[in-house]
Amino acid sequence: MSSQINRRKFLLYGSATLGTSILLKACGSAPTTTTEASPAASGEASPAAAAAGDGIKVGILHSLSGTMAISENSVVDSTELAIEEINKAGGINGKQIVAIKEDGASDWPTFAEKAKKLIDEDQVVVIFGCWTSASRKAVLPVFEEKNHMLFYPVQYEGQECSKNIFYTGAAPNQQIEPSVDWLLEEKGKEFYLVGSDYVFPRTANTIIKAQLAAKGGTVVGEDYLPLGSTEVTPIISKIRSALPNGGVIYNTMNGDSNVALFKQMQGAGLTADKYPVMSVSIAEEEVKAIGVDFLKGHYAAWNYFQTVDSPENEKYVAAFKAKFGDDRVTNDPMEAAYISVNIWKQAVEKAGDAGTPTDLEKVRTAAYGQKFAAPEGPVEMNNNHHISKTVRIGEVRDDGLFEIVSSTPAPVEPIPWNQFVADTKGFTCDWTRTDIKAPETAGKFKGA
Amino acid sequence: MAANLALGGQTAETKRRSLLLEAGIVIAIALFLIVILPLLLSDFRLNLMGRFLALAIVALGIDLIWGFTGLLSLGHGVFFTLGGYALAMHLKLQIPADASSQLPEFMSLYGVTELPWFWQPFYSFPFTAVAVLMIPALLAGFLGYVIFRNRIRGVYFSILTQAATIIFFNFFNGQQKLFNGTNGLTDFQTLFGAKVNSPGTQYVYYVLTIIFLVAAYALCRWITSGRFGHLLVAIRDDESRTRFTGYNPTGFKVLVFAISGALAGLAGAMFTLQTGIISPNSMNIAFSIEMVIWVAVGGRATLVGAILGALTVNFAKSTLSEKFPDIWLFFQGGLFLVVVLFLPSGIIGWLRTEGRNLWRSVRGRNQVATYPSLEEDAEVEYERQNIGD
Amino acid sequence: MAISILDGIFNGLSVGSVLLLAALGLAIVFGLMGVINMAHGELMMLGAYTTFVVQNIFKPLGAFSQLYIFFALIAAFVVAALMGLVLERGVIRYLYGRPLETLLATWGVSLILQQFVRSVSWVLVVNLALFCLLYFGGLWLVRKRPDFEQIRKLAIAVLLPLSVGIALTVGSLLGKSFGLTATKPWFGAQNVDVTAPKWLQGGLPIGGYQLPYTRMFIMLLTVLCVLGIYFFLNKTPWGLRIRSVTQNRNMSACLGIPTAKVDALTFALGSGLAGVAGCAVSLLGSVGPNTGQNYIVNTFMVVVVGGVGKLVGTIVGAMAIGITDYVIGTGMLSTLFTAIQPVSNFFAFFATTSMAKVLVFVLIVVFLQFRPAGLFPQKGRTVDA
Repeated sequence: MSSQINRRKFLLYGSATLGTSILLKACGSAPTTTTEASPAASGEASPAAAAAGDGIKVGILHSLSGTMAISENSVVDSTELAIEEINKAGGINGKQIVAIKEDGASDWPTFAEKAKKLIDEDQVVVIFGCWTSASRKAVLPVFEEKNHMLFYPVQYEGQECSKNIFYTGAAPNQQIEPSVDWLLEEKGKEFYLVGSDYVFPRTANTIIKAQLAAKGGTVVGEDYLPLGSTEVTPIISKIRSALPNGGVIYNTMNGDSNVALFKQMQGAGLTADKYPVMSVSIAEEEVKAIGVDFLKGHYAAWNYFQTVDSPENEKYVAAFKAKFGDDRVTNDPMEAAYISVNIWKQAVEKAGDAGTPTDLEKVRTAAYGQKFAAPEGPVEMNNNHHISKTVRIGEVRDDGLFEIVSSTPAPVEPIPWNQFVADTKGFTCDWTRTDIKAPETAGKFKGA
Repeated sequence: MAANLALGGQTAETKRRSLLLEAGIVIAIALFLIVILPLLLSDFRLNLMGRFLALAIVALGIDLIWGFTGLLSLGHGVFFTLGGYALAMHLKLQIPADASSQLPEFMSLYGVTELPWFWQPFYSFPFTAVAVLMIPALLAGFLGYVIFRNRIRGVYFSILTQAATIIFFNFFNGQQKLFNGTNGLTDFQTLFGAKVNSPGTQYVYYVLTIIFLVAAYALCRWITSGRFGHLLVAIRDDESRTRFTGYNPTGFKVLVFAISGALAGLAGAMFTLQTGIISPNSMNIAFSIEMVIWVAVGGRATLVGAILGALTVNFAKSTLSEKFPDIWLFFQGGLFLVVVLFLPSGIIGWLRTEGRNLWRSVRGRNQVATYPSLEEDAEVEYERQNIGD
Repeated sequence: MAISILDGIFNGLSVGSVLLLAALGLAIVFGLMGVINMAHGELMMLGAYTTFVVQNIFKPLGAFSQLYIFFALIAAFVVAALMGLVLERGVIRYLYGRPLETLLATWGVSLILQQFVRSVSWVLVVNLALFCLLYFGGLWLVRKRPDFEQIRKLAIAVLLPLSVGIALTVGSLLGKSFGLTATKPWFGAQNVDVTAPKWLQGGLPIGGYQLPYTRMFIMLLTVLCVLGIYFFLNKTPWGLRIRSVTQNRNMSACLGIPTAKVDALTFALGSGLAGVAGCAVSLLGSVGPNTGQNYIVNTFMVVVVGGVGKLVGTIVGAMAIGITDYVIGTGMLSTLFTAIQPVSNFFAFFATTSMAKVLVFVLIVVFLQFRPAGLFPQKGRTVDA
């Protein structure tokens, strides 16, 4: 009996010692492997490098968890790619960029909290981030209070022009309005509007209704689905009774609901030839997730598609695939995030320095007029903090990418305050103007 | 609870003394938070602390109904959010006289030309202050009445409160013109003429939060220590028996649920002031369930535990999601499991039982009880587990 | 007109049958065991992901691949049932009789499962497997010692950090040596696509309308599942045992029914049904980490309205909620009452899909005022337990 216990004891202690020695060895060998990789090669430099004080600290603030993580993760990837490229090419004025990633967790107060943290604690000089309008609205007071700088990479509903935000996604006149014009010309005058139940679809639909009223189209119905809901049967019934002979469906749904809509439309026999759907939130990633079979022949309006034919785009797509895997695709918000980092870099180079937060004002003014040869084509930062962008309409093809069926010959100038909506008609934004008197601000004033 | 019951047997003098001692400790901690802590923490961390203290108020409310009365509400996010909205509406109406539009800016964007009637009273601060407490309280009272009247309880109550969160979420989310939909109310400028976001004002809010927390603690302490408190525990432990003794639990449950709702509303208002945003997002189910776990971590049926739990979990969340943003959900999920399975009475409960034993054995004073309780008898425990009941 | 009414009935029934299928497993677990399983939605999600995996395995098989859905159904059932079994043995069995604690614990499980499908990769799997092997293997070894009870805490204190450390180290070494292939998440945070087989795409045209095949398939599946459950519970020896344990646990134990096994079996069955439901809804909607969250409240509502412990209650409850939701959401009531303007306006206000949900839930709360225990309440002594 005693010998047995001893044997067990031996086994137990033996395995423990063995385990510890393995652990120790692993710990011992770990530092050697990290030193082998140069800081420039790893996209996200370690905090140790930041402490060394030779880097420029920037913040990345996106949802890495929660419902929005689906979309935002790939934007983070693209941002990191841009930073890595700049670092590999020697950084900005010889300084490496150090990215600090924070999770907004799809929760708006968390976004505000993390923005404060990045600015106050980490002393970053710029933040790239946010996806939903709600998260942007939540951090806006923080950026204005601290007079800091945010680059926002997603197409949005407009009606905003903050001194502290650079919008690198499309304003409505660079996505929604041209696509409605195209539909009126090519596909028909009767529109059914469907969207998720949140701000972007509701505002976008307000704009579309105003635009259609001005241009002779009609809206036969409008419906909103709770975010994440997948029961679209009532919507399909309503579409069919409102448009018995076919018509245009304008879709501003987000995320999961898109999948349900397209899968069930096909089952109900609403096909792309009679009921073409124009979507503004479906890009290459979403096509992959929904399934090409359901989307073939439907349309999407963006500024960038992976299929854009330009040497810059080829380079961008190749670099992205090399870093994140061959099966990954690039899309519009990712490209906008890539533009953000590069425009900011150019502005910093022009301003001379961005090492300390006090130089923010210099960087801001240096950003105006910055041109960049983006994958989507040439873009330019305007005085209203939005960028001029080429507008494209793509049709989903067999391989899940888009066939570009229409594109503007030149970049379209951004108009943040919508000219179809009565309340903002006639307003413009120009942050280089100093002659605007209260109550108007340079962000929103009447006249040119 | 054992401590409370034990108090009953003591003389009035010792009882009074221990109460004074407790009040002294509470005030000392409050003063520490108000005076010393701001010197130690950066503005950002202090703001976080203030927010978490606001959340501790709602944790007290949850503890009141869950810890003491046994009602697990999964809908406290609604009361929290309503309190926040009430205050936010007042803040949104602080429009400078020379502004181009006398409406909150989102209304004019969505083509609302006249202030909706229910926004009107929120011009007045006294009304707002009452509304912050009373709107959630009345709603909770009403909801409680229709549920408890039918003797719906236990998990059914939880499920119904969860349905309530969906109702309110969808409603607020869809009413863009009235409440700015998903974006919620944000971008507050001034309150009483002071800029809401300036560090000085934020410090005032921080102090206010602490004062409210102390008041809420005192209220809960008063409620739970008296006869009312014993009744709540009786309802929790055996509602039918309480009923047979001649009490009608419905009224008590409705009352305590309403009080808890009011505390949540207060918490929501203070949270909104310090975060600068209130949106329907805080009515989602996950947030309401998170509130429950704060109480569970700290220790149910101990008021200190509720506060401690709210602070601990939120600081853990904040720091862990800074360090490991990708895997916060693993931690949170694990926390739920660990607390429920291994720490059923929370940190405070653990300290009171095993922690105390551990401390004693460390000091070498293994107290031997004259009548060892059956619960602590290993043999009885073994039989219980293996033979089944 | 007749066809449009037929179409309406079909749609209402199909909305209801999706709800029913999703709620069926919950009704069994909740009704028969009194366990609130907040991770039910995540078990559905696992079923949906299983469908995705099976679909991809079958993809290279040519014409045969069109039959993947049947294999996926079985695989989804098995995977979800196994997960359920682990859940019951590992967590829930310690919490019987404490429904509120079960609720919280299963919520924790649901969070973990959500993050798990987001970040599962070879490294994570190896980590987990290694940890389980070391920790539970170690415990198993220690348990053989006669003084196990005395050194239990010590053993756990030594084994836990040790096995975590070793697993993490091996994981990070793997990640370093194999790079992306080892660390790349299998699914990632993105949704994945499940495409119905060709013969389930499209629909049966009737007049101007078309009844989708996937919907019919799901209705058929629901009927089969209900019949199967009914048969299992009422005609098989294990069904008999399950029912007896539901009615009186102590008496059943005295009569020699292995209650622990019955519990595990019941829970696994309920979970397996969740997997089947997940497979079915993947044909209609998205498959992603959040898939389960969308169903959880709705399915609980079905069970509460139907009354606990009765299959027929669940069926009627699901159909009632599904049809009401559809009728309000399409604005049918608004057109029906055009004569009475205020009533018509009232229903028109709720005639968007998201507002319809508000009205349906309000109606449920009102309904419970009259029937607090649901449509088909359980009678007898077990009610108050």
